Amino acid sequence: MFRNQYDTDVTTWSPQGRLFQVEYAMEAVKQGSACVGLRSSTHAVLAAANKPASELSSYQRKVFRVAEHAGVALAGLTADGRVLSRFLRNECINHSFVYEAPLPISRLALRLADKAQLRTLPKYALVCVKNFRLRELLIPVCTQRSWKRPYGVGLLVAGLDETGAHLYYNCPSGNYFEYQAFAIGSRSQAAKTFLERRFEGYNDYTPEQLIKDALSAIKETLQGEKLTSANCTVAIVGRKDDGTIEPFQMIDATRIQEIIDSMEAAEEAPPVEPSSMQEEERTSDAAPMDI
Amino acid sequence: MGSHAAGGSQAPPTATAGGGETQRTHVAFIFYPSIGIVVFAFDKFINSHGLLMLLFHTNRYPYVTGTSVIALKYKDGVIMACDTGASYGSTLRYKSVERIKAVGKHSLIGASGEFSDFQEILRYLDELTLSDHMWDDGNSLGPKEIHSYLTRVMYNRRNKFDPLWNSLVLGGVKKGPKGDEKYLGMVNMIGTHFEENHVATGFGNHLAIPILRAEWREDMSFEEAVKLVEKCLLVLLYRDRSSINKFQIAKITTEGSTIYPPYSLKTYWGFSHFENPAQGAVGSW
Repeated sequence: MFRNQYDTDVTTWSPQGRLFQVEYAMEAVKQGSACVGLRSSTHAVLAAANKPASELSSYQRKVFRVAEHAGVALAGLTADGRVLSRFLRNECINHSFVYEAPLPISRLALRLADKAQLRTLPKYALVCVKNFRLRELLIPVCTQRSWKRPYGVGLLVAGLDETGAHLYYNCPSGNYFEYQAFAIGSRSQAAKTFLERRFEGYNDYTPEQLIKDALSAIKETLQGEKLTSANCTVAIVGRKDDGTIEPFQMIDATRIQEIIDSMEAAEEAPPVEPSSMQEEERTSDAAPMDI
Repeated sequence: MGSHAAGGSQAPPTATAGGGETQRTHVAFIFYPSIGIVVFAFDKFINSHGLLMLLFHTNRYPYVTGTSVIALKYKDGVIMACDTGASYGSTLRYKSVERIKAVGKHSLIGASGEFSDFQEILRYLDELTLSDHMWDDGNSLGPKEIHSYLTRVMYNRRNKFDPLWNSLVLGGVKKGPKGDEKYLGMVNMIGTHFEENHVATGFGNHLAIPILRAEWREDMSFEEAVKLVEKCLLVLLYRDRSSINKFQIAKITTEGSTIYPPYSLKTYWGFSHFENPAQGAVGSW
């Protein structure tokens, strides 16, 4: 009956040193529809493919605003994603209440990673706000509690802080990584291949170029299905040239459709633009992916 | 408080039995069994604040206090100044305490009021800036954030009826997306806070502010700012009996903070009003 005797709870190691429950949670991320994220030095863009559960239903939202300066896109169990995005909103609000300043993205991503692993972080947040003192607490680790399960959702956290735009990927395992560009969810490998070919130029991209590449990457995951403004969501956050923040917001469907149309028009035209784009990439001295 | 009306002989109320005060009584039973019974009998007449003060003994007075702090923005940053005295009640008891300190890389804090509370605040800030530094992610708390944090701490403590007995001045400069941003703000023991181009606490609020309002300019050089600050300090030295003639000036710019060693100002006590202070003030001493 049992194919695997080491996967019944999250506290049991396999003899190979694996935690199957955690690995299954990582698998759940791959089942969800795809999300991509990419960033320049000033802007970050998140995009998601919207898949309705059935012909008769609408789709689940996959991109969430966390604060003025940050947002997430998620793949996997959307219900877990909602819990986590509410947590992130809380963290941001608590931070801006105490400091009247936005929570830096690296610290936001770390809190989220801690949450994935510890599952009792709200206690920490409470202590922090109650006494206005930072206190490290010893918190029971989720992987030591057999009745708990890992979150089954992967999140792309994008946002802006004083060091510029950032993109993080948070796994159910509690690991998190910083990326220049990344894709998660079903058939995300196609999008990753696309992004890997082009990421080196991203630091100098304009917001418009980032959105175009995000849409192209999403298109890769659709496998032949037509990309329209109805089956994707795109959001952007960044810093304008005058130093003011361009708040995290979903891009209007009509504007997305315009961009998609212009991309398709460019594809049909003789391929002059792509080659000049290649040229541009080779000459740019952008830093490689920093992790 | 229905459960109390039945009399003190009843078992302590459970957390679900009533409102906030009931719960407080409950707490009293757990931690202060002896006081708790008394409070239990009288809590119909004592509001929750009075109860808190009874339980935790928080209506305190300052013991060792420092007097005014003056600060103003100038061309390159913020300058801050105060004397180095601390009074025990009305006795000038200590002559060289530092009431201006650096906080992190971008800020200066100056304090008047209870000196031990200031030291406690410095401990909070040390903890805060250390943990901020340990993230090592390129982000750091600027003067605005520190000021906001202090505001929360001060207001929080005031609401516990256990205020930190200080007026704090926070100044700093930090590089922002729109260039260097100078910051100068104040927060007092009841949590009132504001930002200004020039601030003064304590006696300085009465004696230095009029001078600063008349003479402060946005583009003052450091030398001009020092002159203006010294003018204020001298007026305070003449008029404020808890000030002493040993001053410390500090500045903060994008290059960082500098706290200069203490020095004295030249005084002249030969004015006729100083020689016969009662003249023209008939009926006073």
